[in-house]
Amino acid sequence: MQLESMYQEIILDHYRHPHGRGLREPFEAEVHHVNPTCGDEVTLRVHLEGDTIADVSYEGMGCSISQASVSAMYDLVIGRTVQQALETGEHFRTLMQAKGDLSVAEKLEDELEDAVAFAGVSKYPARIKCALMSWMALKDASARALSTAGGQS
Amino acid sequence: MTVTVSRPDTGARTPLPLDVEAIRADFPILTRTVRDGKRLVYLDSGATSQKPRQVLDAERWFYENVNAAPHRGAHQLAEEATGAYEAARATIGAFIGAPEREVVFTRNSTEGINLVAYALSNAATAKEPEFRRYAVGQGDEIVVTEMEHHANLLPWQQLCERTGATLRWLGLTDGGRLDLSDLATVVNERTKLVAVTQQSNILGTINPLGEIVARAHEVGALVLVDGAQSVPHSPIDVAELGADFLVFSGHKMLGPTGVGVLWGRYDVLDALPPFLTGGSMIEVVRMEGSTFAAPPQRFEAGVPMTAQVIGLAAAVEYLRALGMDKVEAHEHALTGYALEKLAEIPGVTVIGPPDTIARGGAISFTVEDIHPHDVGQVLDDLGIAVRVGHHCAWPVVRRYGVPATTRATFYVHTGYDDIDALADGVRAAQKFFGVS
Repeated sequence: MQLESMYQEIILDHYRHPHGRGLREPFEAEVHHVNPTCGDEVTLRVHLEGDTIADVSYEGMGCSISQASVSAMYDLVIGRTVQQALETGEHFRTLMQAKGDLSVAEKLEDELEDAVAFAGVSKYPARIKCALMSWMALKDASARALSTAGGQS
Repeated sequence: MTVTVSRPDTGARTPLPLDVEAIRADFPILTRTVRDGKRLVYLDSGATSQKPRQVLDAERWFYENVNAAPHRGAHQLAEEATGAYEAARATIGAFIGAPEREVVFTRNSTEGINLVAYALSNAATAKEPEFRRYAVGQGDEIVVTEMEHHANLLPWQQLCERTGATLRWLGLTDGGRLDLSDLATVVNERTKLVAVTQQSNILGTINPLGEIVARAHEVGALVLVDGAQSVPHSPIDVAELGADFLVFSGHKMLGPTGVGVLWGRYDVLDALPPFLTGGSMIEVVRMEGSTFAAPPQRFEAGVPMTAQVIGLAAAVEYLRALGMDKVEAHEHALTGYALEKLAEIPGVTVIGPPDTIARGGAISFTVEDIHPHDVGQVLDDLGIAVRVGHHCAWPVVRRYGVPATTRATFYVHTGYDDIDALADGVRAAQKFFGVS
C-alpha cells in the first residue's frame, strides 16, 4: 500500500487529537473558508498581540488531511510574528508542490516540524488543497487582523 | 419491482442480464492498471462514462474520411459531413423517440439547461412578438427541487435574478424522495416552468415525473427534465415522458465529451428566441438586423462538434444493440447487490432510498468516523475509482446533514466483482483508520 506515505502516523495523531481546536476569544479577525470542490470548511480566528500571533482558534469539518493540517499549523504559528507565520506558510506551500520529492522535505524539516509529515500529500494533486486550506485561512485572517489593528491605533 | 440477489456465499448469484466480460473487452481503458498494477474498478460512470472502441472508431472514421464543416460549403466533403451529422441526429433522436427537428445539439446537459433559461429571459425583450410567448418576468415563478444537480439549479436561480421572477422548490423526504405533499401549492398558476431531474445523481432516486408533469401542464407551465442520469441507464421515450424539454449529456452514455442534447417539443422550440447567436443559425442577416432559422438550427450557432455527434450516434447504436431494457435490469441487479453488500458493513449508511424501488445505480454512502475523502483515498489505493464530495448537489448533502458522501455508480461493464471490490475496500478503509 502507498497509503502510509500520505497518512503518516503524525498526521493521524493530529487528526484524532487536534491541537488548539475550538473557537476562542479574544480575536481580531474571523474568516470562513470552504473548499468548493468537496465542501470542506474551516472557521478560523486570529488573536494578535502587537504583530505576534497570540492565538489561532478554529472549528471545521473535513477530511483527515485538512483537519490534521490546521492542527499542525496551530503548533507552528503560535508565538511567531505574522510575517514569520506567513513565511512558514510559503514553505509549506513549497512542500505541497514537491510532487513527492523527498529532498524538498529534508530541507524544510527544521522549519516545518510535524508539518513536514505532509510531504506524502504532494503526490496526490487532488488532496493538496485539503492541506493548504487552513494556511490560506490563516493568511486571510492575519491580513484582516493587521488591518483592524492598524485602524484602531 | 424488487430484484432478489442471492448472497455471494451461497455461490448462486442471479446471473447478470449483460455479458460483462464481452462488454469489458470493448473498453480499451479497462485493460490498463492503476496505482501500481491494480485492476481498474471504475465506479464513477455517473461523473463520466468510459468509451467503447466503437465510439472511438467512429470519431476517428469521421476525421480520417469525412472531416468538413456541416451545413456550409458545397464540396463533396461538406455534403458528406452534413449527411453524417444529420444521420446522427436521426439516430440519437430515435433513441428517445423524438423526430430529428426536435433534437438540438449542445455541449452537454448544463448548456442545454442554460439555453432554455436564457431563451426565457431573452423572450422578455425579443423584438419579434412570436418570441415573447414564454417570457419570464416579475410575478412569475420557476420551480425546481432540492434534489437537483447544480446544473439544474443555478441557471434557474440566475434566470430569476435577471428577470425578477421567484424561485420555488419541492423538498425532500427523510427517505431520499421528493416531497410532493405541497406540489399543488408550489406549482400554481404563476409557475412558468418546472425543472426536475428524472434520476438523482447523488441519491439514485427515480422521480415520479408523471404526477409533476400533469400538475405543471394543468397550470400551463413548461416542464424541463434533466435526463443526464436517466437517459444513459434506462429506456426513455419523450412521448411517454410528456415533458416539454429533456436534456442529457453524451459523455455520460459512452459518448464523447463536448456533445449533449436538448430535446424540445417543436412548437415550444419554435416560439423561443435564440440563446447563442452567430453563424448558421440565421435566415437573413443585414446590418440593421437579422432573422433566425427554424429549430433546431436556430439553437446551433457556429460550427458544431461534428465528430462528437458522430461518436454519440455510435454510442447510441452500442446501447441499442445491448438493449436499454437489459441495461436497466443489469444496473437494477447490481444496485440490489451493492445495497445488500454495503448493509452488511457496520458503520456504513446509505444516503438515499435503502431499497431498489424506483432507484437507479448511484449509491451514496457514509462510513462512520471516516471522512469520504479518506474513504475515497483508500479505495483509490486499491484501484477503485469512486466520486467523493458533494457531487455538485450541495443542497442535498446539507439536507441529509453530512458534509459529503462517497458515491459509487454503475454501468454496462460493471460486474459483481466490482461491487465485491468496493465492499472489501470500505472494510480496508475501516481497518486502516482503526474504526472497524
